Amino acid sequence: MRRRLTAFVNALIVFAALLLLWQLVLWVFRVQPFMLPSPWAVACAFVKRFPALLTSLSITALEAGGGLLASVGVGVVIALVFAQSRWVRRMLYPYTILLQTVPIIAVAPLILMWVGAGTGAVTLITFIISLAPVIANTTQGLVSVDENLVNLFLMHSASPRQLLFRLRLPNAVPSLFVGIRIASGIAVIGAITGELYAGSSRVGQGGLGYSILYASSQLQTDYLFALVLAATALGFGFFFITMFLEWYFLHRWHESARGAETD
Amino acid sequence: MTQSFVAPQIELASVSKSYGNGRLVVDALNLTVAKGEFITLLGSSGCGKSTVLKLISGLTSATSGTIRVDGMTPQNARETISYIFQDPTLLPWRTVRQNVGLGLELEGINGDQRRGKTASLLELVGLQHVADAYPRELSGGMKMRVSIARALATRPQLLLMDEPFAALDEMTRDRMNEELMRLREEQNWTAVFVTHSVAEAVFLSTRIVILSPSPGRVRQIVPVDLPLPRTASLRASPEFGELALQVSRTLREATLQ
Repeated sequence: MRRRLTAFVNALIVFAALLLLWQLVLWVFRVQPFMLPSPWAVACAFVKRFPALLTSLSITALEAGGGLLASVGVGVVIALVFAQSRWVRRMLYPYTILLQTVPIIAVAPLILMWVGAGTGAVTLITFIISLAPVIANTTQGLVSVDENLVNLFLMHSASPRQLLFRLRLPNAVPSLFVGIRIASGIAVIGAITGELYAGSSRVGQGGLGYSILYASSQLQTDYLFALVLAATALGFGFFFITMFLEWYFLHRWHESARGAETD
Repeated sequence: MTQSFVAPQIELASVSKSYGNGRLVVDALNLTVAKGEFITLLGSSGCGKSTVLKLISGLTSATSGTIRVDGMTPQNARETISYIFQDPTLLPWRTVRQNVGLGLELEGINGDQRRGKTASLLELVGLQHVADAYPRELSGGMKMRVSIARALATRPQLLLMDEPFAALDEMTRDRMNEELMRLREEQNWTAVFVTHSVAEAVFLSTRIVILSPSPGRVRQIVPVDLPLPRTASLRASPEFGELALQVSRTLREATLQ
């Protein structure tokens, strides 16, 4: 507990030093506020425009969260299909790689054309780019079961259903979480990037990506900084939530579950 | 054998096994195991000992020859067989209790009955105090005990063991051997045990089958007439030492041939 407190205090000291350095740079080089606003101005913009910022943040959070949840649901189903046979995997796996390598920016106009700008398009983009890691990792977990565990189940005349639900699926949970962790990082970036191209531009419906574009076009650099901070916080939040879920489901039995050192 | 009127537990008649690449691993193996025997297959690596267990369990099928377990084909006899692997092969997401109950669960035994049976087995192997722990919290020896309890839970008539104690340190291994002896006194299963440890083979077996490698053939069958029940003190006796020496010599000849 004491060590944690010290770590927290240290982090605060570094943070304060960074702010001071920032302010010093402004004073020494006489930087224009629209190029680099002062920390105080950013804080003011943050507080003053908090309602709008919160709206943008929640829109992006919903898009990223929705896309991520969909990719986990669909990804697990696809992985279950992949796990059925080597033959199916050989035939379909290359398309998963395609999914990962397609430049989403290049596809965005197409999606825009098909579903129109807005939350739906952005969620779709998020879903597409976070799908591949979920499929790849879950398939890996379903397939890589110790041969003798399969033999053990066979010796007890286990049905295919028992093999899947009592052996393969639980065995895949740790790698599913690896997939979710990677996907959750991509999802937030995907949602914000998606908004730059396919986000709604109606008043009160734009997410963080759209608001960042707007703020920069209006040279509201202080607000832009506040938005970037909010985007960072969102990514951190997603990361933290997935880490917590992973810990919650795995810490009792899995060797590598994170957070094991807290007790 | 003296009990010739009882059907043998296992009958292997000129059983051969070769793998896909044509490599012969077991060559014309003949072996009859009577009910209640403790047979050890002893040999260096590559003599097909583990393959013989897989053949008896029906996990792999013979290229030629016939195998009968309790008068049935291995697949049909599965209900009567339990297999203990070299690794404890526990499910890490299940507690000790749930692992012990796995076989019963897969065979559709309902919850109440299962709980009663697993509780008495945990007591039998001395693990009641860790019933709700997860495998990662256990030592190697304890994990192996869970594996044994799980194998015994389905009341097998035949126990196949594939070097179950190979990964344990010598002291733990000796203790596990004594424990296995005790369990065998209480329950009356037949066992086929694979090892490359001479001391283990002599301590546990009623007969030792010495195999020569590539392809696996029966080199010699050594009966072990040491009195039952066997305890730790047996290892210090001259009879034990003499027999171990004889078995070692035969094993070396079989391997160097």
